[in-house]
Amino acid sequence: MTQVDQINSGAMAFVSGDAANTKQNSFDGQKNRVGTGLVNPNQKLSFTFNSKTMAGFAGDTLASALLANDQMLVGRSFKYHRPRGIVASGAEEPNALMNMGSAARFEPNQRATTTVLFEGLKAESQNHWPSLEYDVGAINSALSKFLPAGFYYKMFIHPRPLWKHVYEPFIRQSAGLGKAPQQPDADTYEHFYAFCDVLIVGGGVAGLQAAHVAGKAGAKVLLLEQAAHWGGRAPVDGGELDGASPQAFVDRMVAELSGMPNVTMRLHCMGAGVYDHGYVLGYEQLDQAVRGAPRHRLWRIRAAEVITATGAIERPLSFAGNDVPGVMLASAVRDYLINYGVCSADRTVVVTNNDDAYRTAIALKNAGLSVPAIIDARVLPGDSALMAEAKEMGIRVLMGQAVAKVLGSKRVRGIEVCAQAGEGAVLEQIRCECVAMSGGWSPVVHLWSHCGGKLVWNKDYALFQPDLENPPTGADGLPFVTAVGCAAGPITGTDFEGLSLFDTLRGAVEATISVCERQGIRLRDMPKVPTVVEYDEEPLHPIWLMPQGAGPKLRQKTWLDYQNDVKVSDVQLAAQEGFESVEHAKRYTTLGMATDQGKLSNINGLAVLAKALKEDIPQVGTTTFRPPYTPISMGAIGGEARGEVFQPIRRTPMHGWHEKNGAEWEPVGHWRRPYAFRQNGENTHDAVMREVRNTRANVGLLDASTLGKLIVRGPDAGKFLDMMYTNMMSTLKPGKCRYGLMCSENGFLMDDGVVARISDDTWLCHTTTGGAERIHQHMEEWLQTEWWDWRVYVANVTEQYAQIAVVGPKAREVLQRLGGMDVSNEALGFMEWADGTLGGFECRVYRISFSGELSYEIAVRAGQGQAFWDALMQVGADLGIMPYGTEALHIMRAEKGFIMIGDETDGTVIPQDLGLHWAISKKKDDFIGKRGQERSHMTDPDRWQLVGLATLDGSVLPDGAYAVGSGTNANGQRVTQGRVTSTYHSPTLGCGIAMGLVHKGPDRMGEVLSFPGTDGAIYKAKIVSPVFYDPDGAKQNV
Amino acid sequence: MIIEHPLLGPRDAAEFVYLGDASLLDRPDWQAEDAAERFYEYGYLRDNPAGQHQELWYHEQGDRSWLVVTRNTVSHEITKVELARDVARERGRARGRDT
Repeated sequence: MTQVDQINSGAMAFVSGDAANTKQNSFDGQKNRVGTGLVNPNQKLSFTFNSKTMAGFAGDTLASALLANDQMLVGRSFKYHRPRGIVASGAEEPNALMNMGSAARFEPNQRATTTVLFEGLKAESQNHWPSLEYDVGAINSALSKFLPAGFYYKMFIHPRPLWKHVYEPFIRQSAGLGKAPQQPDADTYEHFYAFCDVLIVGGGVAGLQAAHVAGKAGAKVLLLEQAAHWGGRAPVDGGELDGASPQAFVDRMVAELSGMPNVTMRLHCMGAGVYDHGYVLGYEQLDQAVRGAPRHRLWRIRAAEVITATGAIERPLSFAGNDVPGVMLASAVRDYLINYGVCSADRTVVVTNNDDAYRTAIALKNAGLSVPAIIDARVLPGDSALMAEAKEMGIRVLMGQAVAKVLGSKRVRGIEVCAQAGEGAVLEQIRCECVAMSGGWSPVVHLWSHCGGKLVWNKDYALFQPDLENPPTGADGLPFVTAVGCAAGPITGTDFEGLSLFDTLRGAVEATISVCERQGIRLRDMPKVPTVVEYDEEPLHPIWLMPQGAGPKLRQKTWLDYQNDVKVSDVQLAAQEGFESVEHAKRYTTLGMATDQGKLSNINGLAVLAKALKEDIPQVGTTTFRPPYTPISMGAIGGEARGEVFQPIRRTPMHGWHEKNGAEWEPVGHWRRPYAFRQNGENTHDAVMREVRNTRANVGLLDASTLGKLIVRGPDAGKFLDMMYTNMMSTLKPGKCRYGLMCSENGFLMDDGVVARISDDTWLCHTTTGGAERIHQHMEEWLQTEWWDWRVYVANVTEQYAQIAVVGPKAREVLQRLGGMDVSNEALGFMEWADGTLGGFECRVYRISFSGELSYEIAVRAGQGQAFWDALMQVGADLGIMPYGTEALHIMRAEKGFIMIGDETDGTVIPQDLGLHWAISKKKDDFIGKRGQERSHMTDPDRWQLVGLATLDGSVLPDGAYAVGSGTNANGQRVTQGRVTSTYHSPTLGCGIAMGLVHKGPDRMGEVLSFPGTDGAIYKAKIVSPVFYDPDGAKQNV
Repeated sequence: MIIEHPLLGPRDAAEFVYLGDASLLDRPDWQAEDAAERFYEYGYLRDNPAGQHQELWYHEQGDRSWLVVTRNTVSHEITKVELARDVARERGRARGRDT
């Protein structure tokens, strides 16, 4: 055996059978299974594809099993519904996307090449009707001349009326590839945190070597590999490492690494994205045979250093018909052959512009399969080593030639050969079932690029590689990502051409040493680079179109993006129409926008664009690489945050009681508050009406625990609150309460609440429910950034107290029945507070009213909230005590003309708009918002002002309705003169009531305005006082 | 992103709430002649540089301190993290107790 034979003996060991028996049916039904490779032939697995039962082996991917069963047609392309077959062997696969599973485990767009085959797997092809073989959508392909890139920008514009009922439904129907799941996901997912010194993404020989160096140096290493096995391409591509096969080297490395306690290794784990400051996401797919395991695990990794050993992806060649099922990447053909023992053709033609693809021809021939020809677009002065080897095996090598066209539509039947330098005149036809193409290799630079790493174009190898001068930098401004192996691209100044095995290993060793030293990890012994025996390769010739002078007919069938159906002619069209930026050309043609994210199409596409623009490829540049590297599941992103634990729910101490007593819940931030309490089969509206009436006639209980309570204490607290509020708070006397307004620096009203003076140096500020944390933050901001020398401390005690409002004419009687402190009007007047006990409970009672009725808001320690509530319900039972919810609360305050933050305010409203001048102190030099409110727009008398609105017919004005004036404005819009801010049906008045902001409203009492509704009706309402009920405010004062 | 808190050490950015430009520290004098104009600039105008930027972060899920972070908005390199009160003090925001 020659030395070269010795190298290839590794490949031969994976394939059994000789030439005569090769395609015999020895693997039941798997007519393309010619060997075993890494699969276990003793463990048969049964699966279905489009309801047809097929067999595969443990160790197969769905793709290798489909190919073994001679299923060449696996789907239809997005736009033209062209027949699609498997093109690649890894995550870069653009065509073999499946609807997988059923019911609660159904998921579309699953890549057959990365789906590990399991017993009972159910897969269906996508994007066809009625069937995969006979698809009505294929008519798009016949009409492709009228459906080029961007056709929808021109086609669906006119006539305009057709948009809603014709174009849009049609587009919706055709959009997407797979079907949407109909049930909630039954699988679980988890997040996992990991920290390491060196994270290595990629478990090929470069990654293994890097892990070995870093591991031996004592670094904490995490090594991730997305596939099911270690070693990457080397075991398939051959060579000799330290005198043994690459597989032996890989096995030795894995064994040594497994024995190092500081090294963690994971298969089936993809590096999904590199983010700032060493944060990396890993996406692990777990063994589904283990019951109860999560389906995916999202690794949230913080690494001091990241090494990307992510390898390179082969590029297709651009020739007419390069999308027919059976046209595959040359490396994928040998991957399926050697790793899985699968070959989908008796006769395979190899077409290439480089030496590497010869490996496929040699492997096929060694397996006893036929290779009618290798079509090499290059003209070389002499045979390269691989070329000589192929010729010696009897394979025909045609130099300077190209594929003019592929014959066949649902499956390759043969090719037409022409001269590469010509326009496609056919020299001969060759019958074959597979075309193994190679246009060169592109380093996988995604992770390098995610966080700002730049790329540089290597003209000699026609690829983009990491620009070592511009790596991604971290929090300290230093590089934190390093590329090794083929992912780094060719290292200059070597004896070998191409992305050689030796350079890969040497580069990995050197780069890892630098990475370790940067982290202060010193190596004890310098690692040795393995000795390598491999082929010398001749350089590739960049070939961006085959043949060089292909005319429009051929170019319209020359595919760049298989999934989105983007052809060479489309990219040329984009350039012609002026989309010169690569980002624009991408979006106009949708090149690279499919689920494969352009892994096979980007470089070929931008080369075509560059030629069309007569620019160099580096001038055109690449589009931005964004995480994730390949699609990850929504489940993985969500982890355990779904359903009931998606967000924490905040509950008051009386939440459980509300739940048991008919509460209809309303979310208020993270809290849940009862909107109304439905009793005895009531609907919500009736419940609310009952609650309002009962509170005004008898007594109601409201759970007010959610409103913010901030204690502000210190010698400078009064001065501080004078700045925070529009009112004077420093003059508030102990024992008294005051309603305060808080504005932003711009002058807009942002929160309100009652402030109580507790003692000389202590105030208690109430905020709205949604404002508690926000106002606390606001106060802290000013205390820490502006008045850092003022002696003030703020404590948020919202959750420390339950607060219950006892409201209505019988409120005092209820409290007196509990016994304890004096709650008479003399002892505790309106807008006063007092500490004491009621019914044995220690409490603080505030006599404040949001309803206009006699009202006591009582704070007790949170742990006693429920017991106090129970006590109130009990003593008030015969007085008609009933709980009421937020809607009754809102109606009652609206009946009294009290504003609500969020209804009457919207971020543009100032207190003066709402008639709240009385709350703005004239004695203060400065407060937050004062300056803002002095601007001319804020003092403009034309600003809309708060009024009440009463419909003429008693109906309820629609929320948000606008009052129209006469005519149109400069923009051609109807003139408006007011809008509704709050609107309800008032049971107290028996008609609809509303508040709104109206142009010069207070001066136009009695005027009738027209409010068009979205239902087409016009609502007429009279401008009235916003205080609809008890305008003298007598009831709250009793 | 990691923010190295001066007291608590490196923390994930998710523990913080971002407010914006630290120019908010320089509240104009309400008594100045051109106070209205200065307040307008203070409230609305921002340089928005691609490069070094001083900004306010609130450690809501930690110790509720306000920090001034000096960060490069292009590379996310963080060169300085200080307590806001220290920065305010340095900038002479102290006005004494009698104001």
